[in-house]
Amino acid sequence: MNDSTFSWHRLRDSQLFWPLLALALIMLFNLIFTPNFYNIEIKDGHLSGFLIDILNRGSILMLVAIGMTMVIATGGVDLSVGAVVAISAATATVLINPALANQLISSEELIQDVTRTPLWLCVLAALTVSTICGIWNGLLVSRARIQPMVATLVLMVAGRGIAQLITNGQIITVYYSPYFFIGNGYLLGLPFSLYIVAIVFLIVWLFARRTAFGLFVESVGINARSSFFSGINEQNIKLIVYTLCGFCAGVAGLIYSSNVKSADANNAGLDLELDAILAVVIGGTLMSGGRFSLLASVIGALFIQSVTTTMYAVGVPAMAAMAIKGVVVLIVVLLYSDQTKNVLTHMIERVGVGS
Amino acid sequence: MADADSNLLQLQGISKAFPGVQALDNVDFDLKSGEIHAIVGENGAGKSTLIKIITGVERADTGTIRLAGNEIEVKSPQHAQELGISTVYQEIDLCENLSVSENIMLGREPRKRGRIVWKEMHKQADEALRHLNVSIDVTEELSDYSIALQQMAAIARALNISSAKILILDEPTSSLDTHETEELFDVMRQLKEEGLGIVFITHFLDQVYEIADRTTVLRNGKLVGTFQTETLPQLELISKMIGRTMWDFDDMAQIKLTAGKQIGDEPLLEARNLGRIGTMSPFDLDLFSGEVLGFAGLLGSGRTETAELLFGIYKPDSGTITMADMPVKDFSPQSSIGRGVAFCPEDRKAEGIIDDLTVRENIILAMQSNQGWVRRLSRQQQYELADKYIEMLNISTPSADQAVKNLSGGNQQKVILARWLATNPKVLILDEPTRGIDVGAKAEIQKIVLELADEGMACLFISSELEEVLRTSHRIIVLRDKNMVAEFTDEVDEQTLMEAMAGSAS
Repeated sequence: MNDSTFSWHRLRDSQLFWPLLALALIMLFNLIFTPNFYNIEIKDGHLSGFLIDILNRGSILMLVAIGMTMVIATGGVDLSVGAVVAISAATATVLINPALANQLISSEELIQDVTRTPLWLCVLAALTVSTICGIWNGLLVSRARIQPMVATLVLMVAGRGIAQLITNGQIITVYYSPYFFIGNGYLLGLPFSLYIVAIVFLIVWLFARRTAFGLFVESVGINARSSFFSGINEQNIKLIVYTLCGFCAGVAGLIYSSNVKSADANNAGLDLELDAILAVVIGGTLMSGGRFSLLASVIGALFIQSVTTTMYAVGVPAMAAMAIKGVVVLIVVLLYSDQTKNVLTHMIERVGVGS
Repeated sequence: MADADSNLLQLQGISKAFPGVQALDNVDFDLKSGEIHAIVGENGAGKSTLIKIITGVERADTGTIRLAGNEIEVKSPQHAQELGISTVYQEIDLCENLSVSENIMLGREPRKRGRIVWKEMHKQADEALRHLNVSIDVTEELSDYSIALQQMAAIARALNISSAKILILDEPTSSLDTHETEELFDVMRQLKEEGLGIVFITHFLDQVYEIADRTTVLRNGKLVGTFQTETLPQLELISKMIGRTMWDFDDMAQIKLTAGKQIGDEPLLEARNLGRIGTMSPFDLDLFSGEVLGFAGLLGSGRTETAELLFGIYKPDSGTITMADMPVKDFSPQSSIGRGVAFCPEDRKAEGIIDDLTVRENIILAMQSNQGWVRRLSRQQQYELADKYIEMLNISTPSADQAVKNLSGGNQQKVILARWLATNPKVLILDEPTRGIDVGAKAEIQKIVLELADEGMACLFISSELEEVLRTSHRIIVLRDKNMVAEFTDEVDEQTLMEAMAGSAS
């Protein structure tokens, strides 16, 4: 085996390779077909452009994908993340907005730039509620032994109901400007939400990889019975990953509601669970569980956001957007199949021998 | 073969290798029409692989299959049926929510202008069952009937599919009671009279003697021999199943002798009246440090179940365990590891290795779980540990970062052993540690066990190979039918052990 094929094998086996390739392809597409895509200008003292837009809008998906990664690595799935985003958004906004429980308030009072509750308490409450949602999922999966897809389906359906109860069935609009900073603010020229993603990523990564937790997650995902025989408490591992997933969805809910300055129980985080699962799959974590890479999932999330933004940029009509996204995803998933990989490897090795 | 013509089915020189294990090695097998031929052997002997090759589920690497004298190639299970080879599997593979007649006739329903003629179909199904002396309402759902009747329906279907010449019954009696088994045997005798060749796989030896004309014994993928059942005493059959090989084991005996001197006076682990309904009858057991205690018993005798109770895989319904004078309150693998108990399970693939993880990760796993996930072993510590055991146990792997699934069976077994040794156990339970691995690795593992005992560890050694148990153990307990039936502390020979294993019946 010569050096070039050896490094190709190592490259191919790296979990980062395929999501990076997918991202590179979509960037290449934009380089050719989308004028101005790579333009970054300074507007109002911060950076602006399509790339910044992808990072900003992608922050919600990146956060949820981070949480989803380890859930999928244990062989589970969390369908309730979209609903938890709605719950988190509802909790935070309802504490800010005085229009709680149909109180009649004059419209001047409503649009005042004030909060009913201190901001830190709003954030804490939203994160606590969403973490409890995660614990709920974790208990159903690990203690009640319900299949993850069914267990989290409960909260996926009921969660939007809970969010509606919190908002009393209304779309709650907030006018409190400090809160807007979470999803719209800029720090050192970059979107503030990006810093939040970075911090959450760092915390989760340290938790997974600087302790043995990540190894146990992979071990349980590959062979739960062998792990049990080796003394790993599989139930607690599962409880923790679902809890973490709920927490990440909660942070995403804060960014979302701050970004759109409102909370809509029916539409906040709609279909987000599917994009998050897709991001994790594109990141190379198997749905059956096992090896995972948080960074690869984040890249997967960026890829999905890039596809969405690209379609806006090239002016794909909204009604065609979903179909085209489906085609792009199909191509990527085909790239991932072992069949395609083998054909590709074969081609590259032949070229390598020929040259 | 003088009377090759009367052989309905003849397999010659069949070999089949799976990654890391030679499942079948040059095995011959033949079946005459009008005979019942039993295949027996312990787990991993190659029974199921042989059946899979006959029925087209797997292809043999080498060897020929002849059906009525003509060389054939069985391409798929469907092809096997077309050839007249029908199989009834242990797990009944019928549709429970369809009627009995639909199940029997599925795919071959009598039709008229494209529509099923139900009356005709029920009649045919009824006839097929009556042929087996079963008369039930065939329009009822299959799940309304007992397992035994469902099995009859499966046999009726198997016979009806084609002009079946060969019927393979894979552990058909495992979920039947005595009476149902008798009824099945009556049917088998009747089919035999009609000229069918029947292959009968079972681990109930009494049934072999009751029904089989000839018996083929397999062990570790090799053919031990084919015998006229009536001329083979049960004791001899057992000895053929579990095998004996002659060894030059002088230095092993030497180690055993020195280790024997170290045995402590106080038991390290004491089990009193420990039992679990349906798993193992209550038993008392003492395990001393410095000794190797051997468990001898056939499959299903309770040897594995005892080990699992001691390690806390199950919670016992009765009895207590005391470890180093401390009563055990929490029964789980996690707490057992904390107490210094280690357990290499029998099923390496399902309960041992984590196949996608590397050798290093597999080795440190139990130690890490004992330390808790917070205190992660540094990379350097991990490599040191892995390299230490790779060298000590002579694990042949390109590096510590190789995925463990790429290793051979023997090396995988050593990785699991390393995982447990890394936890510094006081009690080491080994369930079939040498199954399916090559002779060299076997001897190495036996030697390691004796050396560990020499260093003061208490070892419980379970094996279906008597010779191995005799060679490594200072003390032997014999199990039969989920009971401990005998204990030998002095020199004992295989004959005595086998008599104890087989019970008073023989």
